[in-house]
Amino acid sequence: EKLGLGREALPEEVAAWNHDIGPQGQGLPVGSGSVEDGEMIFSDNCASCHGEFAEGAGNWPKLAGGEGSLADKDPLKTVGSYWPYLSTVYDYVRRSMPFGAAQTMSDNDVYAITAYILYSNYLVEDDFVLSNENFLDVEMPNAGGFIIDDREAAEAHFWGEACYENCKESVEITKRAAVLDVTPQEETGDTVEADSATSEEMPAQVAEAAAEAEAPVEEAAAVVAAFDADLAAKGENVFKKCKACHQVGEGAKNKTGPILNGVYMAPVAHIDGFKYSKDFASAHDEGVIWDDAHLTEFLAKPKAVYKKTKMSFAGLKKDDDIVAVIEYLKSVSQ
Amino acid sequence: GPDPLITEPQDWAMITGEPVDATPYGMPIKYEADVIRRNVPWLTADPISSINFTPIHALDGTITPQGCAFERHHSGAIELRKEDYRLMINGLVDKPLVFSYADLERFPRENHVYFCECAANTGMEWAGAQLNGSQFTHGMIHNMEYSGITLRSLLEEAGLTAAGDLADKWVYVEGADASSNGRSIPMEKALDDVLVAFKANGEALRMEHGYPVRLVVPGWEGNMWVKWLRRIEVTDHPVESREETSKYTDTLADGTSRKWTWVMDAKSVVTSPSPQVPITHGPGPLVITGLAWSGRGAISGVDVSIDGGKTWSKARLAKPGEDKALTRFYLDIVWDGSEMLLQSRAHDETGYVQPTKAQLREVRGENSVYHNNCIQTWWVKENGESENVEVS
Repeated sequence: EKLGLGREALPEEVAAWNHDIGPQGQGLPVGSGSVEDGEMIFSDNCASCHGEFAEGAGNWPKLAGGEGSLADKDPLKTVGSYWPYLSTVYDYVRRSMPFGAAQTMSDNDVYAITAYILYSNYLVEDDFVLSNENFLDVEMPNAGGFIIDDREAAEAHFWGEACYENCKESVEITKRAAVLDVTPQEETGDTVEADSATSEEMPAQVAEAAAEAEAPVEEAAAVVAAFDADLAAKGENVFKKCKACHQVGEGAKNKTGPILNGVYMAPVAHIDGFKYSKDFASAHDEGVIWDDAHLTEFLAKPKAVYKKTKMSFAGLKKDDDIVAVIEYLKSVSQ
Repeated sequence: GPDPLITEPQDWAMITGEPVDATPYGMPIKYEADVIRRNVPWLTADPISSINFTPIHALDGTITPQGCAFERHHSGAIELRKEDYRLMINGLVDKPLVFSYADLERFPRENHVYFCECAANTGMEWAGAQLNGSQFTHGMIHNMEYSGITLRSLLEEAGLTAAGDLADKWVYVEGADASSNGRSIPMEKALDDVLVAFKANGEALRMEHGYPVRLVVPGWEGNMWVKWLRRIEVTDHPVESREETSKYTDTLADGTSRKWTWVMDAKSVVTSPSPQVPITHGPGPLVITGLAWSGRGAISGVDVSIDGGKTWSKARLAKPGEDKALTRFYLDIVWDGSEMLLQSRAHDETGYVQPTKAQLREVRGENSVYHNNCIQTWWVKENGESENVEVS
């Protein structure tokens, strides 16, 4: 019997969330995208992690290659070599990608990206256009490579009596973890304790600034600007949108994007050794500085300022957010 | 001589301690600060889409505190207020519905203790002994008491008449975070014991465990326990999402892969002594302890071997095994100070006996990645230290 709880979902609400695509193309939106367009969109939005040719970068997933490797030691599982349904690519790209800017792609862009991933796996030609109409015509090489869980039959011998005495004649050590030695070193409680002690005494922002102030100055700081701690704290919250690719603070490392310590008032492309786009490199050579005006412009619409930037982030919509995040970048640039 | 800790007055016996409210929500005492989650940086590309491990080596009993229960996020843990929370039910239901958090609290509530194990737990050990420590080899597991409502009650509220024959229907569930992780669950399971939970161990879910609402899918792989649950859709097909095709499928030696391997097989591990927990007291009385669990039901018994599986003794269960929950076992021995090859072996109520790694490899090869429930071996040396090893 019903409790009469909840309210009816409106059609536009269902339409806003009901985006899953089934293996027979259930739920595919009307639309299309070409390999040609996909190459450009992929390069702008996906290549920083997945490589220009979907071959993968660093530890990020490889989307192409691996044909015929599934029975090998360490098989390479990619869209081409492993994925049984093309619908999964469309569903996943539209729902979860790009990392850090999910659910921002248009339906046609997702078709184009899907088409490009097929092309990078040699499954379609370079003039191919994928649409809701020809979607199911694409043959996925490993479509027949799956069986439904058969453990109860194939492993029936795991059910039964257990041995207790004289179960085997001898026992030898055949492999040792110490030989590989890949266990991470344990951080002891000391570090944790020190951190929490600091944060109890002062707000994180101040603590961070204090820690940096104590650190020896490696090179002449660009310009030390006073910052509004409250606004910077607000900006730190906005900065969560950037964290997928950018690190700041002590021990920060270059990830998909460069470290942003000291970026405020620094020349564009301020981190040596980071592979910036050509746009960035030339701005660097021209002596362009990340001042308030330039940061504001860039954060609002990155690709309007640097057309070739590898940053897939679409931009901050709210002016308040931009002001706050710049204040935060100021605070980590002290 | 006499112990000064006894004969001389100590500070703590003379000076007063902390007042109440010194820490309105307490943390463990600083001497336990090494009992924390840890990750394996080389395992994933980025900690935002990654996993860490429960310090099972340092815990006892069966309940995992939320603060040290392993985390797995695909696009980071999000801050979602109860006031902003919405849960939609749509698809083949009589009437699509939207619930607020407050609505959910008005359904009849249940409490259950269940383990949640990532399908990749012990996955790094398929090809050989790799990681030294039960935290790293077996720590993608936690066990909590969940308070919530049944998924069945929500499905019935929306009405399943429109779905017709339920035998071939599915329930697709997805999260509100940027990964929007989605999985397909057969209707039979959805109507059986799946919970929509909002509390764990009595308190609100921690952010990293899906605050304010997560799915609990007892006995089945952790990836299906969708966090920040935002939508439930009744369908006539599995969605075949990324997490149920390209991931969480088990590739066998011949290159074919098993899919829909949802249930977690019976498994156990000795948590102490183990590589992170050396024996420091020398020969004499020794408590051997560990955890056992099965996704198929209750643990019916656990055996322990100290000679690498030549002979086995029945361990003592701290409590009778409970349905799809962790069971604590003990074996109290007098250690003679010689080397041990320490193993544990779980039995569940269906008669399943935890296999050796060799038995598993015979059927599944070495490339399965997921669902490694083999018997674990610790080589305990004469100095009390242990190492993760494989034995013949």
